[in-house]
Amino acid sequence: MVKSVQNTIGERLFSLFIGCYVVFCFIVVAYPIYFIFIASFSDPTAVAAGTVWFYPKGANLEGYRTILAYERIWIGYRNTIFYTVFGTLISLVVTLPAGYALSRKDFMPRRLLIFLFTFTMFFSGGLIPTYILISKLNLYNKIWVMLIPFCLNVYNLIIVRSFFESSIPVELQEAATIDGCGDGRFFFSVVLPLSKAIIAVIALYYAVATWNNYFRPMIYIKNNAIQVLQVFLRDILIQNQMLETMSADSLNTVQNLADVIKYGIIIISALPMIMVYPFVQRFFVKGVMIGAVKG
Amino acid sequence: MKTAHKTRENHPTLGSHSAQAIGLSTLTALPKTRRSLLDNIRRHWPLYLFVLPAVLVSFTFDYLPLYGLQIAFKNYNFADGIVGSPWTSRNGFQHFYRFIHSMDFWPLIRNTLGISAYTLALGFPFPIFMALIFNQIKRQRMKKMIQTVTYMPHFISLVVLVGMVLLFLSPSSGMYGHIARLFGKDPHNLMGDPKWFSTIYVISHLWQNTGWNSIIYLAALSGVDTCLYEAAKIDGASRLRLIWHVDLPHLRPTVIMLLILSSGRLMQVGYEKIYLMQNLLNMPTSEVISTYVYTTGILNRNFGYSTAIGLFNTVINFILLVTVNKISKRVSQNSLW
Repeated sequence: MVKSVQNTIGERLFSLFIGCYVVFCFIVVAYPIYFIFIASFSDPTAVAAGTVWFYPKGANLEGYRTILAYERIWIGYRNTIFYTVFGTLISLVVTLPAGYALSRKDFMPRRLLIFLFTFTMFFSGGLIPTYILISKLNLYNKIWVMLIPFCLNVYNLIIVRSFFESSIPVELQEAATIDGCGDGRFFFSVVLPLSKAIIAVIALYYAVATWNNYFRPMIYIKNNAIQVLQVFLRDILIQNQMLETMSADSLNTVQNLADVIKYGIIIISALPMIMVYPFVQRFFVKGVMIGAVKG
Repeated sequence: MKTAHKTRENHPTLGSHSAQAIGLSTLTALPKTRRSLLDNIRRHWPLYLFVLPAVLVSFTFDYLPLYGLQIAFKNYNFADGIVGSPWTSRNGFQHFYRFIHSMDFWPLIRNTLGISAYTLALGFPFPIFMALIFNQIKRQRMKKMIQTVTYMPHFISLVVLVGMVLLFLSPSSGMYGHIARLFGKDPHNLMGDPKWFSTIYVISHLWQNTGWNSIIYLAALSGVDTCLYEAAKIDGASRLRLIWHVDLPHLRPTVIMLLILSSGRLMQVGYEKIYLMQNLLNMPTSEVISTYVYTTGILNRNFGYSTAIGLFNTVINFILLVTVNKISKRVSQNSLW
């Protein structure tokens, strides 16, 4: 009987619809990315003329040659890697222990602190008061502004806390206390080793946020030597700044080359993410699930 | 001292006695709550140390700026600083008065709410639909593959995303221009047309986030009891009916919860992306409150006025969130706190 239901015309049409929807999603998401990839390797004139659709034409590396010779991109790359690595470390040091303390029922100021942290998600001083404070603290245009002031994300703190609450049994902690293990040692030698998954999730969340952020560095950093990749990308992709290393004869070829350079720069800046992403995807998904338990 | 500390940890009641025995007589003089707090600190001092960095960071960079909010009511100047600057007229509400009566006010409100509502209207149902369909895929490898692909755009930075949009929509050399000419139409400068701004914003938002936002619904759907499917199939239900009568009701709590969250955020638009997409031509529909705060404050150095507008926005947000939460508590027993 079950079989007969599955073989009706309606069911087949439904399967067909699902198949079409999946193919549609795949093409809509993947094709633009694929196009950027092939366009970055193609002859600038062919891209501008609209003859590049399915495979690169004229296999041209002129765009990449110009990008590689452009120093600001590499300075930005270096700075972004620096901020991402150290910023993530600092964020973890601030978030993980705090999340653990807040997960403990016998930590007396727990409820008050959770309220105070959550409150900042909904009510804040806003852009200008923060800006004045950063300037007063002499952090403006300093490396530290990218590492300290915004190192705590309350949403991540809540995820960490609910993870500890649900996966570190109270009995375990009580047993450790009876054996003479203090809160500090319990955290470092029992809780952290049991929480590798959540550490990975939170580290990735912080790292991606730092890597992709352009607004804060745009506001707080003026010195090009410590500026991040995304701000340079904005200059080139959005503000249409030309690269000084570009050498071409006519205005037309300059414009065509500029477009191909843009495609190439997108590939170069997204490369680390594209390569790492398939391997770490499951951690991100896990983070969404943990956050959904108590968001 | 060390042994006393240890005994206290093992025997809470005995611990407080030994604290008195050691001679901390001041403890007994304090009210009960303060005494137990001190006791809690003594017993669990590492926890207090653990929370300290987060408290310091939050106090400095979240709570100190609240003190600076007073410049919303002042004519701020650098020489006099936050405290010394003079109060504005109208009992300090001059900036608010000026904003509400300015020519920019209604367009800003309209653009902010318009873009938010448009994003919510499409951005909310699409992920639910996608999750329901992906949940129907039987082959696990196929499911994994399409999930990996559709989640990917979420990790592309906004600068790159907007850069891609600009490249594709270029009427002269972009994909859109070529396709338009293929059909014999004259390509239009979409980025320079105020009519198209919110649509481009929403479509690129859908491209970037539909897959990612469907994760939470897929996770919820994986919790459906398979007995329900079996029972419904024996009753002759088609797959479409399974979705309607089993999957959708199962998703309801998640849907309501997320709907509350997003409607509480109606006044908060993705200003970082909007700022990147703005140009002089599309300004009539692309200027929203948060980008206006940035331009008047950081670029034009109008600190007091900009803070006032930001505060206005924050207060409305806050009221909106509290109201929506109250309503949902009454209607569905779902609430954020």
